[in-house]
Amino acid sequence: MNTTPLAPTSPDTDDDFAIHPLSGAASRPGSALSGPLSAEITAALDQSPDGEVRVRSVDLRVPLLEKNDILAERNRGYFLGRGLAALNLVSSPGAGKTTLLERTLDDFGRTTKCAVVVGDLETDNDGRRLSRPHASVAQITTGTTCHLDAAMVARGVESLDLDGVKILFIENVGNLVCPASFDLGEQVRVVLLSTTEGEDKPLKYPPIFKSAHVVLLTKVDVADALGFKRDVALDNIRRISPHAKIIQLSSRTGEGLEEWYAFLRSLIAKR
Amino acid sequence: MHELGIMESAIGAVLREARARGAMRVHRIVLRIGTLSGVEPEALRFAFDVAAADTLAATATLDIENVPARAHCSACHEEFGVETGFIFTCPRCGQLCGDIRQGRELELSHLEMS
Repeated sequence: MNTTPLAPTSPDTDDDFAIHPLSGAASRPGSALSGPLSAEITAALDQSPDGEVRVRSVDLRVPLLEKNDILAERNRGYFLGRGLAALNLVSSPGAGKTTLLERTLDDFGRTTKCAVVVGDLETDNDGRRLSRPHASVAQITTGTTCHLDAAMVARGVESLDLDGVKILFIENVGNLVCPASFDLGEQVRVVLLSTTEGEDKPLKYPPIFKSAHVVLLTKVDVADALGFKRDVALDNIRRISPHAKIIQLSSRTGEGLEEWYAFLRSLIAKR
Repeated sequence: MHELGIMESAIGAVLREARARGAMRVHRIVLRIGTLSGVEPEALRFAFDVAAADTLAATATLDIENVPARAHCSACHEEFGVETGFIFTCPRCGQLCGDIRQGRELELSHLEMS
């Protein structure tokens, strides 16, 4: 996650320089005016007694996703303050995020209160699938946006009943590219890879796997039928994300779910 | 394709910084983009013309500085640079490393204006 705090701006540097209007030469070696002279500069030159216009040069460190990063930090503080662990679930469409959450809410969610924010471009199908009397669910429809951002999550969370909630699942838009760049304020980023996708997905979409704290290998019950080579997939995951915890599971048969629930419990214990 | 949104946010930052310094025109913008940032420099360039149109930065030159990845090996306690790719293997001991120290940058680093 891009969470390194950066100073928004730094003071102007001393390396200002001037451009000669006729020759275009810079008063400092290695500097040159980029782009054609504008009408404003021409006008300024006309009024300039010495025929020079100051071109100022500043070094900055402004994060391009500053707005998102600030909102993400705010979400993180809010989650921390409420004593809940937030997980950002990311995968391709159809890797089994919603099915895993349905099962998790039915098993784990009966004894530990969970809530879900789920994002899709259109429809509230997933929100309805996940809706349970014992779990608060908010559906976000993003329109054409290919990822959730921190502001959408903040808005989604507003409509949730978070009383007593220990785990907040954020089900991201199915997409292995764009969600990698957007910190939502989550504590843990979970990337799912299903056996129907092929063993080399981590090598093809490395940024998202690189950013994962946990990688779930899903649909392992059909791995053999598909000729899916688990050892190759695990090796690929480890090459891209050597730091990530890997859990192999099947939401249908229940294989590996105990390990997933144990991991969720460990997050609560840390609070 | 989230590069347009990122570019719009970059131009927003450029205009804010330029106006705060009373500039009438921006000549050069330098962005630092890490190789692990998940942002494609070419797509950013493509988005620049759209995002900068009709602003103080419309005719500015966009320079994108690629920031290569650096990782830290927990066994050797040494930092090393990664030339290409996403598989970080310590050049000394061969261990796979996940401790990323550089390469996620996504920032506006330099402005020239008048």
